[in-house]
Amino acid sequence: MTKAEVQRRLRDYILKDLIRNPSYPLADDEALIKGGLLDSLDMARLAVFVEAEFGVYLPDSDLTVQAMNTLEQMADQVLKRAAP
Amino acid sequence: MARTLTAGELRASAERWAAGMARLGVRQGDLIVLALPHSVELVVAFWAALSLGALPTIFPYPSARLGPGVFQDQIETLVVRAEAHFLLTQPDQQSELSSRLEQLGCRVTAADSLLGQAVPIRDPLGARARTDPRAAYVQFSSGTTGLQKGVILSHRAVLNNLQAIAGRVGLTEEDVVICWLPLNHDMGLVSGVLLPVVSGALGVLISPFQWVRDPGVLFRAIRTYHGTICWMPNFAFNHCVHGMRERDLEGLDLRGMRAFFNASEPVRYDSLMLFWDRFAPYGLQRRALGSSYGMAEVTAAATISPMETPPRVDWVALEDLQRDRRATPVEAQSAGATALVSSGRPVQGVEVQIVDGQDRPLPPRRIGQILVRSNAGLMGYRGTPPPDALDLESGWLHSGDLGYLAEGDLFVTGRIRDLIISGGRNIYPEDLETVAGGIPGLRPGRAVAFAIDDPEAGTEAIVLVAELRETVPEAQRLEIEREVRRRMTQTLDVTLSDLRLVGRDWVIKTSSGKVARSANREKYLSEA
Repeated sequence: MTKAEVQRRLRDYILKDLIRNPSYPLADDEALIKGGLLDSLDMARLAVFVEAEFGVYLPDSDLTVQAMNTLEQMADQVLKRAAP
Repeated sequence: MARTLTAGELRASAERWAAGMARLGVRQGDLIVLALPHSVELVVAFWAALSLGALPTIFPYPSARLGPGVFQDQIETLVVRAEAHFLLTQPDQQSELSSRLEQLGCRVTAADSLLGQAVPIRDPLGARARTDPRAAYVQFSSGTTGLQKGVILSHRAVLNNLQAIAGRVGLTEEDVVICWLPLNHDMGLVSGVLLPVVSGALGVLISPFQWVRDPGVLFRAIRTYHGTICWMPNFAFNHCVHGMRERDLEGLDLRGMRAFFNASEPVRYDSLMLFWDRFAPYGLQRRALGSSYGMAEVTAAATISPMETPPRVDWVALEDLQRDRRATPVEAQSAGATALVSSGRPVQGVEVQIVDGQDRPLPPRRIGQILVRSNAGLMGYRGTPPPDALDLESGWLHSGDLGYLAEGDLFVTGRIRDLIISGGRNIYPEDLETVAGGIPGLRPGRAVAFAIDDPEAGTEAIVLVAELRETVPEAQRLEIEREVRRRMTQTLDVTLSDLRLVGRDWVIKTSSGKVARSANREKYLSEA
């Protein structure tokens, strides 16, 4: 799984199910949490999605502003915890 | 790591903290702000202040999304508004807050410097307090621009409400109350701390920050501690379904849960059914779904549903409800029918009535304002009364909520005020509009915030419509949009569900120049 692929699937989910605006021009380095697009409730849902979609368990201690603020960071977290 | 505190340990710790507070100069009647994380220390500090006869008030600990300085600004606003004498905080906040607050007459102390030799303390909220008319603590509502309400509650009032809640729930020492609500929230403080301590039940506190990221922690706590009772707002019922991981369902057994009370925001039938469908296979009993209605002005609870029965659902004609403000019973699931869930019946010491716009009582099944009279009512407000202060004269509190009574059950249908209740939090549209007014590119005084229904989340979603100063290219428009969202998050901890930037004179104002929120909401929905 490439980072670009993970990022694309995360982006699709976030735009469709969390932001609920598929045409929003979300940048890869855009601050999702600090930028006011996602809140903590969304992070829980994202973790459920990541586990179902990629089979990757993100512990709640990783679902923080510091670790998951941008699409790029999210993809890095998923790949870091994915089985090799 | 979980930490356990027995009643004796709470008392012993509170004695040491109370000694430290007394040495600091805290005296009876002084207001002490507790700006501490959700922790054992917070509970102990609260108990210590109570025991000295000082008035503790718990300040919401900031979310990580808030911008730098915002937490300090909010504390300063509260200290001024509440005329606070003392503030207890974390060591890393102490010097900055000191430099801001000492000149306002508020002494700032780091919590870890407080511990001294224990001195025996009187028993707060003990048997002797049952008739004590003096103030116990101050419950502040959320809000940032001075709209917060500081509700002063007496020992007697708090004990009356605790007794009434315990009576309706049939609470015993065998019960285990699980609470993830923040302790600055009236229902969090009452259900998570006061009720367990006073009744002898076990209280299990979970960090609200952890619960929101991982709602499974609630169910793990129920399993570990054999939980029996839990209060949470409506949105949480949805979040427990949408945010739960499969792994948290393994081995889950909810047969011991006596009640999940839905409280603090309007109860939704769909949310209860969603929760029921998901958790019934794990032993959740239908009679364990409950509901409650209340407000800080009556300590916490005014009504609670009876135990041992499923919540009462009233199927009524939607058209009559909206057009005639009347709840006409119709067949369940029939065309044009909508389901309303009872918020329960008045608890002991509480009366509820429904009145029209002239405060005349309305018959059953007619919608009007909900009035509450309680032996757990507030003494008054701390500092300047808020704009929507409740009228204390008659003892009947005007809730600002709309509802009806049917066969003794209270059904809440809406509210008169423009207040937004989202995710269990009260949010004032004025706060959002004020912040929008300060953003470059937007016209000051030409923004409007309101709530729209979000059935999936089981709460209200927040919409902001704001007029641009001038027509701008798309890229610049996107920049302004990002700035608005950023500021709403970093200054108010609010996530906008929709933001619409509009041209000049879109926003409707009243003849007196005020923003007409409901008219703007109608216009927004008609254009959606």
